[in-house]
Amino acid sequence: MITFLIILSIVLAVLAVGQLMRVFEATSKLKGEVSPLPTDAENKYQAKMMLVFLFGYFSFFVWLVARYGEFLLPESASEHGIVLDNLLDFNWYIIILVFVITHVYLFYFPFKYVFNKDRKAYYYTHSNKLELLWTTVPAIFLSVIIVYGLSAWVDITMDETPKDAISIELYPKQFDWTARYAGVDSTLGNSNYNMISTSNPLGVITPASLAQKIAEIEAEIAEFESELSLAPEGGLKQEELTELIAKRNRQREKVKSFEALEGLNRGNDDILVKSEFLIPINREVAFEFRSRDVIHSAYMPHFRAQMNCVPGMVTEFHFKPIITTDQMREKTQNPEFDYILLCNKICGAAHYNMQMTIKVVEEEEYNKWLAEQATFNDGFTVSDETATTEEKSESNEISMIELK
Amino acid sequence: MISKQFLITGMIMAIIGMVMSSLFRLQLGWQGESFWILNFLLGDKWAPDGILDPNMYLALVTIHGTIMVFFLLTGGLSGTFANLLLPLQIGARDMASGFINMLSYWFFLGSSVVMIASLFVETGPASGGWTVYPPLSALPQAMPGSGLGMTLWLVSMSLFIVSSLLGGLNYVVTVINLRTKGMTMTRLPLSVWALFITAVLGVLSFPVLFSAALLLIFDRSFGTAFYLSDIHIAGEVMERTGGSPILYEHLFWFLGHPEVYIVLLPALGITSEVIATNSRKPIFGYRAMIGSILAIAFLSFIVWGHHMFMTGMNPFLGAVFTFTTLLIAIPSAVKAFNYITTLWKGNVRFTPAMLFAIGMVSTFISGGVTGIILADSALDINIHDTYFVVAHFHIVMGLSAVLAMFAGVYHWFPKMYGRLMNRKLGYAHFWVTFVCAYGVFFPQHFLGLAGVPRRYYSNSEFPMFDDLVSINELVSIFAIVGAIAQFIFMFNFFYSIFRGPKSSANPWGSNTLEWTTPVEHVHGNWPGALPVVHRWAYDYSKPGKDQDFVPQTVPLEEGELDGGAGH
Repeated sequence: MITFLIILSIVLAVLAVGQLMRVFEATSKLKGEVSPLPTDAENKYQAKMMLVFLFGYFSFFVWLVARYGEFLLPESASEHGIVLDNLLDFNWYIIILVFVITHVYLFYFPFKYVFNKDRKAYYYTHSNKLELLWTTVPAIFLSVIIVYGLSAWVDITMDETPKDAISIELYPKQFDWTARYAGVDSTLGNSNYNMISTSNPLGVITPASLAQKIAEIEAEIAEFESELSLAPEGGLKQEELTELIAKRNRQREKVKSFEALEGLNRGNDDILVKSEFLIPINREVAFEFRSRDVIHSAYMPHFRAQMNCVPGMVTEFHFKPIITTDQMREKTQNPEFDYILLCNKICGAAHYNMQMTIKVVEEEEYNKWLAEQATFNDGFTVSDETATTEEKSESNEISMIELK
Repeated sequence: MISKQFLITGMIMAIIGMVMSSLFRLQLGWQGESFWILNFLLGDKWAPDGILDPNMYLALVTIHGTIMVFFLLTGGLSGTFANLLLPLQIGARDMASGFINMLSYWFFLGSSVVMIASLFVETGPASGGWTVYPPLSALPQAMPGSGLGMTLWLVSMSLFIVSSLLGGLNYVVTVINLRTKGMTMTRLPLSVWALFITAVLGVLSFPVLFSAALLLIFDRSFGTAFYLSDIHIAGEVMERTGGSPILYEHLFWFLGHPEVYIVLLPALGITSEVIATNSRKPIFGYRAMIGSILAIAFLSFIVWGHHMFMTGMNPFLGAVFTFTTLLIAIPSAVKAFNYITTLWKGNVRFTPAMLFAIGMVSTFISGGVTGIILADSALDINIHDTYFVVAHFHIVMGLSAVLAMFAGVYHWFPKMYGRLMNRKLGYAHFWVTFVCAYGVFFPQHFLGLAGVPRRYYSNSEFPMFDDLVSINELVSIFAIVGAIAQFIFMFNFFYSIFRGPKSSANPWGSNTLEWTTPVEHVHGNWPGALPVVHRWAYDYSKPGKDQDFVPQTVPLEEGELDGGAGH
């Protein structure tokens, strides 16, 4: 009913405007020929509107800065971020200057030189001098911007990662993150997507996880085979199951081939955490990124850090945090302030809620926290004999998530 | 005729795209609140109780982007004005091939129909963003929109590319071969130059998008792995491996960046014509304008990597792309300064077209300057994929092109339909549109600088964004008012087609050839012999002439210099 009324009122409104136009048309016909060109009054009015708009536009800009300026990101919590913030400010000065000057002229000239039938426009086709001027001046400004910008870029992305950096892998999937610490040996263990299971969400390769994955695949194969024996001959089900079994067999061969990898024990002491991870202040942190399913992007705005997580690739980014969470809470006068990691590449329905809290703490606290975390291998030794495959995987996942 | 077909098809697509943006702005402005209109238009599945479904949100964003970039600003803009202006402004009886021209329209229409049809499939239309990056777009397991909807998207885009290539080839051939006697390349109006170079860009870059789409079709339907590697999804290991999503990004943006200029150059061309005509003054630095069109076109092919700084691409490569990208600012700056100088000491007539053209220069500058920040790979680290990007490209590309398209429609309406549009409604349309346009996109810079990522269904999961809720509300109000204002234009347009006052042959006092044809359209454009061109297109207010314009067909007097020849 409401819908009908709304449609009815739209139709009536259109009809009403149509009638008004007819009246308007009739009166203008009485006045004589309609000129295509604006009247003097219209020209004058629009010329004034140019200035009104110019003033309004700048005021809007100033108002936005005044109203929302304080809600922009707080000062950079990472070392390289300070360089970036300065670079950004430098760019702003130039840009706002150009923006203001060009806009003043752009709206002032039409106002000043509004049409007057007694005047002729100045026939001015070109001026090599002027054009050279506004080719070279932007070119000079841009060279400065380019050199300044690229030196920052090279410093941030192309320098060697310090040897004592803490290695952390950030691993996204639809729709959450897992962080993996390298553990005592400071080296992340191997990993492969063929190894992924509920108990091993990142597919880390260790002797224990290999054995478990092979057992899991074999159990699955056995299950499929028993289903196959019950499936009707020549049916779709049979075809499907035969294919699945072949696929699992291929996967088993792949997984078995990992047994020959070097450093299988490196992953044993890796530490997996969810929903929140800690990093110490004033230590370089080297992040590695992979992805389980689609492209994600690890965005840590307070640290001026971002890198895409691309399936099939390992990407990297490193930075040094310089303000702890507690210090930042004081600076922002917000006791609930937290650094966050969010996903910044469209990845599906819950893209908007894929986050992890980052806590920057003193090194002592960090070490204490890390020592309390269960290692990857803990998750396997605990339940290896006691639980059946399914229960085991569940309890493992829980133990890894909750124990932080 | 084909130009009108393109225009009206483009307008219908634009309305659909605009309504979509209003719908997702409802969600973004008042997050999680219920609106009966959402439920009314999208039904119980996609907007249960009037609350937008997150998958549908992504679908709306995706199709809004696709429609606006391709169907309105590529097909609609180039299709309308290339078909209208090229033959008329170069003095040709028709386009080089009428048949190819007709095909390009029907492929465009077919592609539009498929795109619209994809809105009605059960799993929803494509929803991986208008760039449809794989693996998200390649795997139906990743999101519902990557099912049949995505297949239709690819079919539609393939048809669109065919249409674009057919049209583009025809435009290039027409400009090269069919110029009338005396119409040298340096006497062409800038609109022709812009449309010509645009067509060249399209012909060179759209095939690459086609290859990207083709490989994606293979990955989706035929079990290949061009873009897929090491994927574990929906609890299953994917055996196909060895490809790279980055390959897709490279192929996509190799079109994607020239595409920006495919959208922008015709807009700049139209603006040049409208500003010169209504300032009653030659366009300043005609040769520099051509030079900057050529420079922008050339550079546009070697900057695509600036969309990919954060993909894990080699940082050295990123540095190269930063360098080339920032170079584009130089020809762009030259264009902006030349427009402003054209206004200086002009005799400015404020027709609605002129207002839109001035507005276009404003958005071109406002959006262009923030491009300097985004082009800087180091600064891009923190604003990549945030609302800052959304603000930037909507202003510099979206608004500039849309405003110029309006300018073009108001300016050439008398040529298309032999009637005048209502000026008062034109003024109202301009001011509401212009103010709302900035009201929508200017505040989004602040969202971006606060770190709000784009394509977020809701920001309420992050307490750090709570202070910014009122920006979103403000933006949504402007967006909806702006959208409603477009009905002023629609009304003015359709009403004037049938009942507008009759126009004279040359209502604006223009120099270019299209105004030498009779008001009533005749087959072959000119009833008698083709006009012969004697001078450039910008002899406005030339000293020593009675009138403030000298059409291109008027022979040079003895000792008179042709303005376009570099004197």
